[in-house]
Amino acid sequence: MRNLSKLALAALLIGFVAPALAQGTSNTSITVEQPWVRATPTGAKTGAVYMTLDNKSGTADRLTGATSDVADKLQVHEMKVENGVMQMREVPDGLPIPAGGSVVLKPGSYHVMLIGLKKPLTAGEKIPLTLTFEKAGNISVTVPVQAMSAKQDKGGMNSMGGMQDGKSGGGMGNMEMK
Amino acid sequence: MRARQWILMAFAGLLGFSVAALCAVYAVSLLRPVHGTAATTQIGGPFTLVDDTGATVTEKNIAGKPYVMYFGYTFCPDVCPTTLLDLSRWIKKLGPDADRLNYVFVTVDPERDTVQSMHAYLSSFDKHIRGYTGTPAEIAQVTKEYRVYYQKVPTEDGGYTMDHTAVVYLMGSDGKLVTVIPYQEDDTSAIAKLKNLAALTPTS
Repeated sequence: MRNLSKLALAALLIGFVAPALAQGTSNTSITVEQPWVRATPTGAKTGAVYMTLDNKSGTADRLTGATSDVADKLQVHEMKVENGVMQMREVPDGLPIPAGGSVVLKPGSYHVMLIGLKKPLTAGEKIPLTLTFEKAGNISVTVPVQAMSAKQDKGGMNSMGGMQDGKSGGGMGNMEMK
Repeated sequence: MRARQWILMAFAGLLGFSVAALCAVYAVSLLRPVHGTAATTQIGGPFTLVDDTGATVTEKNIAGKPYVMYFGYTFCPDVCPTTLLDLSRWIKKLGPDADRLNYVFVTVDPERDTVQSMHAYLSSFDKHIRGYTGTPAEIAQVTKEYRVYYQKVPTEDGGYTMDHTAVVYLMGSDGKLVTVIPYQEDDTSAIAKLKNLAALTPTS
């Protein structure tokens, strides 16, 4: 009996730890979960990367910038629609990630904007992305490109939507770990 | 004598009051139609633009059918592709009704959105959607007619993004606004609106 419960505990622990190791360097306090980017329309010069940033530490941090081989420049943006007008602004002092909290980058909200795409992003491929945090430093992740029809927002269901339509191939890097 | 003066003054007063009242009624009657129909008659109007094949187009090219009009730009990373994807999905759901409407994506960024780039961009969405661009003056004109707000916002690196109205206009075949689909409206409601619009197609 006792062995069984130990086994269960071990399984539980693995279940918790494994996703944390899924992306990013293991010695930082920030984990990048479910990063994804939508395939871009033909000729599009921009794209938007979405993800959940989880801060497990007791100190607040900030996402201050990002780089990637696929685009000339990356910026952290906030997008919102007010009175029917879409407004998009660079987050001036970086995106705050509260201690012990998380921030979701999703369509209609925050995103890391890819500016000057060198080629269109096609579903199934993966792009490299290095995020820079004020305290956690640089974290490199691999971002799966999801089909253009991938479901957007609806509270962290992005990868699920991609899975359901079965087109997102590499879109579930993290999901598999859970 | 006195009584006469009083009557005269009362009469003059009454006359003055009547004139003022009539003026007020007239003024209100002038204002009322403007207030009552502002939302529907003041959106839409004549324009001259160029479509994504390079052909000159005016409001007459689309007004034969009810039409769907959306303003955005191809350098837009989020709201524009999202809306055009939504629209593409709705068009598919409309089935045969889809052909009863015209669909136009008008750029608010004429400096970067050429005929060629609009054409390439729209090849990723439903083929019913046509792209319109023009000179900055022509875009200023059409956005004024459609009460579309757009504003260039410079970014630190010397580039710019555009703030812009992000609602989808549903227009009758007479070029008058029927209703709008706001950003991220759910599919059921949006498709119902489009079906209603398709039902307005004049029978020829």
